[in-house]
Amino acid sequence: MEITKKELPLARSMCWHCQSDIGGEYFCNQCVKVQPLSKDMDYFTCFGLPRKLNIDTARLETKFYELSRVFHPDFFEGKSEMERAVSLANSAILNQAYRTLKDPLQRVEYLLRLEAGAAKDIPGKAPADLFEAILEMQEHLEAFHAATAENDAKTLARAGELLRGARKTLEAKRAALENRLAELFQIWDKLVEKPPHDQTQTATKERTLKEMRDLLSERSYVMNMLQNLNEVLA
Amino acid sequence: MARIVGIDLGTTNSLVAYMNGKTPTVIPGPEGRTLVPSIVAYTPSGFLTGDAAKEQLVRNPEHTVYSVKRFMGKGLADVTQELRYFPFKLTEQNGVIRLQIGNKSLTPPEISAMVLKELKARAEAFFGEEIRKAVITVPAYFNDSQRQATKDAGKIAGLEVVRIVNEPTAASLAYGLQKRKQGIIAVYDLGGGTFDISILKLKSGIFEVLATNGNTHLGGDDFDRRLVDVMMQDLKVKHSLSVEGRPELQQELRIRAEQAKCRLSTDTETVVEVPLPDGKGHYRRTFTRAELEKLVDDLVEKTLAPCRQALADAGLPATDVDEVVLVGGSTRMPLVQQRVQALFGKTPHCELNPDEVVALGAAVQADILSGGIQDMLLLDVTPLTLGIETMGGVMSSLIRRNTTIPTSAKELFTTFVDGQTSVDIHILQGERELAKDNRSLARFQLRIPPMPAGVPRIEVTFMIDANGILNVTARDVRTGEVQSIEVKPSYGLTDQEVERMIRDSFVYAKQDIQERQRIEAMNEAESILRATEKALARAGNLATPEELAAIQAAVANLKSAMAGTDHRALRDAIEKLNKASYSLAEKLMNSTLQEALKDKKLSDVT
Repeated sequence: MEITKKELPLARSMCWHCQSDIGGEYFCNQCVKVQPLSKDMDYFTCFGLPRKLNIDTARLETKFYELSRVFHPDFFEGKSEMERAVSLANSAILNQAYRTLKDPLQRVEYLLRLEAGAAKDIPGKAPADLFEAILEMQEHLEAFHAATAENDAKTLARAGELLRGARKTLEAKRAALENRLAELFQIWDKLVEKPPHDQTQTATKERTLKEMRDLLSERSYVMNMLQNLNEVLA
Repeated sequence: MARIVGIDLGTTNSLVAYMNGKTPTVIPGPEGRTLVPSIVAYTPSGFLTGDAAKEQLVRNPEHTVYSVKRFMGKGLADVTQELRYFPFKLTEQNGVIRLQIGNKSLTPPEISAMVLKELKARAEAFFGEEIRKAVITVPAYFNDSQRQATKDAGKIAGLEVVRIVNEPTAASLAYGLQKRKQGIIAVYDLGGGTFDISILKLKSGIFEVLATNGNTHLGGDDFDRRLVDVMMQDLKVKHSLSVEGRPELQQELRIRAEQAKCRLSTDTETVVEVPLPDGKGHYRRTFTRAELEKLVDDLVEKTLAPCRQALADAGLPATDVDEVVLVGGSTRMPLVQQRVQALFGKTPHCELNPDEVVALGAAVQADILSGGIQDMLLLDVTPLTLGIETMGGVMSSLIRRNTTIPTSAKELFTTFVDGQTSVDIHILQGERELAKDNRSLARFQLRIPPMPAGVPRIEVTFMIDANGILNVTARDVRTGEVQSIEVKPSYGLTDQEVERMIRDSFVYAKQDIQERQRIEAMNEAESILRATEKALARAGNLATPEELAAIQAAVANLKSAMAGTDHRALRDAIEKLNKASYSLAEKLMNSTLQEALKDKKLSDVT
């Protein structure tokens, strides 16, 4: 992966220092001052990537290291206050972008924000097919807590057994959700490759985004339940 | 560019290093020693630091302070449990600990500044030029207040702290430079007062920290205390002696415990002997290595949970770690090495000097910042989650722990009632749900022009810079105007206080220098008076009456100067007496020479 100098959008087209045209380069041709990156730039653009969900993370890392070598504050010690501020802000954007794209879940959440204007935190929602199992699990939990309070070893053991069963159900659900999410990643990436302005494609895109959002919402709920269970059973 | 030195400001010892070509090197002191004990003593002739202060530990325990790093960025309530181990007095003012030494009340940054000044002077003597910039290391798990306190200490010492670097990452720089290794490394750093674990990825010159964890109140000092507790119990039972009101004894026990602990890293058995007060003989006790290991087992165990957490945060099993590097004096303990080996399943590296490697790494970072080394870059993380207090006393997190720095987060604030003119913001650091369980960093107030509720939009940016230190800025979204914020630190000094301390430190230094000069002149005056009296007694008959009168006048003049405090007047009087007695001294020398030669043959003296 090569860094072409004009990859990342800059905040302005003129150098903040000498007002000469910077032609999209990170450093002004005239006065060699570092230029601020555009705050509106999306993280995919930051690494010169299309908005796909399957990313070659090794290449992402290489690119992140390359850009870190360009903008990190270590290389601006002793420079003017403004240059140091630009380096700091650019590095902060870069670090945030890398962190977001490195993790598949953060990546898809971010894509949902970009494409469908989703909220920063997607609220959890109980999966409909698990309603009954979840209700039962609440009962077992209550029994477990009551038995702990009363020091009733026998009931405690049985409730614990039932809760471990519930944990298996939840873990299976989590795996199923993540498998489907992986399928949707493929579907999305194929859609991105197709030429734009296709009516049916737009509809498919919207449907895929919505399904991903619902999956994430259910996954968030399942993860919460699992965390609670693990704490109780630990 | 001005020279930048690398400083390891340790709990027990401190060092200063520089880049000698391509090799980081520790700068030795006049006697060749590289370590400066992080100790400050107050004596009638002024403040002493380093080795000179170490000599005062037993002689002058109430006015000799050590392990001050444990108090950086802390309030008194944070350290109540360990107060009984310190023979000096601690108080608190505005959330900052004060150490009472002599008639002065000094903050931990001021004490640390004295140690830094000693290092600065050492570097200046070495280079023959003024040193104004430094990279200073801190434990990776230091919070914002502790980092800020370290930066303040630098300022008070007259140093611009161009970068705060985490100790384990600094060590990895020195290690990586030397070994040119790639892969995943774990740095286990157990020092005198703090513990850190950092997991890093080394790849093509980039040192990327994946996760860090630790405990800023766990180290060799705590091991020593376990031994001290045993000895205190012995003294009580066998000699009905309590250390209360006996700071000398308390200090003696601590020093002997530390020495015994160190010996037990190589020996399996050692004897501790402590003189009892009032000449009541000695207290003697044998400690075995097994006994020490039993005493500190839970403390060593306490370092393992942070290691596991760091691995989990890095998303790696222990088996993925390619190398384990040991840093800090406490890793010399065989028990520590065994535990680390068991956890990671591989023999840890301890071939680098664990006392020096952090300072060497600081020198490497200083060289990177000076534009020397170009191919190495350190990408560090923030160790603790940063957040703000929201409704119901809950902490809402803004920047998660182990986020690569620099990093920033923005938060939009508005008003809840019509005409509300301010919003209070409480910044926190920590991993707990509730605000009260986390560390309070600072509070500040956003000023808002009176408007209907919900209309104002103030965007606050929380930026953690490459030092791991938080900077807060606010902007009115409607007007685009930037608002200046006055942040009140919860456990730190305000800018004005730091400014005052910088001024004070000059005054102290000036007082100290004048006091030292006066004492030196006084000593010289006393010895010249003694010499003159002796000369008059032995050879007064050789002097002419005029010479005698001149000597007596000069002696009287010197004696009156000795009653004053002006060292210049003293110097003058010494000089006058020297002149007045010169001819007598010469005559005395000649007569002594003749006396000596009288019985000797010529051949013996040529």
